[in-house]
Amino acid sequence: MVIALGERSLLLDVGIRAVFHTALLFGVFLLFAGHNAPGGGFIGGLVTAAAFVLRFVGDPDGEQGRPLPFHPTTLLGGGLALAVLTGVAAWLFGGDLLESGKATLDLPLVGDVKVTSALPFDIGVYLVVVGLVGTVLTTLGTEREQRS
Amino acid sequence: MRVLLPLPVVLPLLAAGASLALHRHRWLQRALGLLTLTAVLGVSIALLLEVRADGIGVVDVGGWEAPIGITLVADLLAVIMLAIATAMLLVVLVYAIGHPATEDTRRFFHPTYLVLAAGVSLAFLTGDLFNLFVAFEIMLIASYVLITLGGSEPQVRSGMTYVVFSLLSSTLFVTAVGLVYAATGTVNLADLAGRLDGIDPAIRNALGLMLLVVFGVKAAIFPLFSWLPDSYPTAPSPVTAIFAGLLTKVGVYAIIRTQTLLFPADGASEVLLAIAALTMVVGVLGAIAQNDVKRILSFHIVSQIGYMILGLGLFSVAGIAGAIFYIVHHIVVKTTLFLVSGLIEVSAGTGALSRLSGLTRRAPVVAVLFALPALSLAGIPPFSGFVAKLALVQAGLDIDQGLVIGVSLLVSLLTLFSMTKIWAGAFWGAPSEVEAPDDAGGDRALRPPPLMVGATAALVLTSLVIAFGAAPLYDLSHDAATALMAPDGYVGAVLDR
Repeated sequence: MVIALGERSLLLDVGIRAVFHTALLFGVFLLFAGHNAPGGGFIGGLVTAAAFVLRFVGDPDGEQGRPLPFHPTTLLGGGLALAVLTGVAAWLFGGDLLESGKATLDLPLVGDVKVTSALPFDIGVYLVVVGLVGTVLTTLGTEREQRS
Repeated sequence: MRVLLPLPVVLPLLAAGASLALHRHRWLQRALGLLTLTAVLGVSIALLLEVRADGIGVVDVGGWEAPIGITLVADLLAVIMLAIATAMLLVVLVYAIGHPATEDTRRFFHPTYLVLAAGVSLAFLTGDLFNLFVAFEIMLIASYVLITLGGSEPQVRSGMTYVVFSLLSSTLFVTAVGLVYAATGTVNLADLAGRLDGIDPAIRNALGLMLLVVFGVKAAIFPLFSWLPDSYPTAPSPVTAIFAGLLTKVGVYAIIRTQTLLFPADGASEVLLAIAALTMVVGVLGAIAQNDVKRILSFHIVSQIGYMILGLGLFSVAGIAGAIFYIVHHIVVKTTLFLVSGLIEVSAGTGALSRLSGLTRRAPVVAVLFALPALSLAGIPPFSGFVAKLALVQAGLDIDQGLVIGVSLLVSLLTLFSMTKIWAGAFWGAPSEVEAPDDAGGDRALRPPPLMVGATAALVLTSLVIAFGAAPLYDLSHDAATALMAPDGYVGAVLDR
């Protein structure tokens, strides 16, 4: 099948619409499933980023609006800062640098949830991965615009 | 100590994140960078004073005691290196802010530069072989970005060489760490020092050689230096300056650390002395053959590394003290010379000697700023290079290593010769036609920005201070060397607390 340049593929559009939100959710699921089960910030971030890449492929000119309300590099920096802060947090409260802690929260409806201090770190990693891929996409996007 | 020690790693990393988040606000990025590095400089000086007064400081990270957890160790050598490295990072950042083509439009310069600072600090402070690998990676990945900043064709081409070489040595490094762990069951440096004695000497030597090769690539010793003169000159001037001043010296630091702590010799090591002599000679001959200011200076880095390895190879307190003094002197002088080469490029539009001429007339300040560190590099009294070389010569003659000392003196002469080549080519003669600068567009005045000149002048002054205040600095190096030659102190500080 030959797709003429500039023409959008119906299959791709519909496929992306079907997959995009599922992939986003799955990424977040992996992020929280991590630590003691397969998953974690890096893999969750990659899956989420893959969803954004898919969206970029289907809609490179951003006709459906920008996926994020702010620049992805901000996400990248915020994620890095969050990851470092997690390492420093225990230290500020009198523990050792990079010391980890855990707590059990009793959430309404959900029940007992175990939370480790590795979670905010993982969220930081997640943001770094998503932010990095987003930055790559925007940078490549600008290049393309300048060339044409 | 518990509070101060991790700060040189934590602060720049945290600031790097913030700086990325603030990527749209160049002034905030600048202020953040300057503020962070100033704070780290203050912390390093405080650490230096504290280690001098109370001895080695140790911090276990994550609540796991050595040898299981990651240990940060501040001994005298580490804090001397940390203080001088941070001072350079700060001054070069000021220069970079003044430099018209480095960080103007590049929002990733500041964050990457801070990550580099964190990596360098971690390399000095870590007491763990695997963590040293991590520090090298942090540093290298930041340097991959910085060296290709701008993305011009020659940068990408020579950046490839740099990345391939570095990746190769990183692979070898992580392999070596694995083998060390397989042979001894630990990667904590202090713990290793005791356990390496118990294993088969052949395996011990093989591990020692592997680590020497790994750090040798980073330090650019003979015959592992070929990546350096090719890749450094293409980066923006401030980046080249900080790489030239710091990165190879982190390699030398790692060599000194591992050779004294893990593989101590009984006397002068022929292998190291031979490497030192070859590095000195090949480096300086390479420099003589070049025709571009930055390329000449790049080959001189290689040549100068030989002097540091020479001091280590002598394996006496005086020799290692000389090496440490030499490293401090070299970091300052080499960074200065590369900053001046940046000034030359900005004032004349090129760094090629064939196209430069008569700069004394057009930019007398630049001429003075070049002449002082150049003479110092060659080892002319009363500059810091003279003191450093004198210390090495005396240390060598003390233990009858006349041959390699002779070679080093000959190399000094050749260094002077190639410096006069730059001087005659660039500074003397009739002023040449001003060319359009290649590294920045727009209609700028060809007078270098005051911020760049100021930063360079500050470094020239620092090297003069080193020369005239040589006695206290030499005492400091001597104390550091004494501690290095008696590794029991380091081992005891880490393991028995």
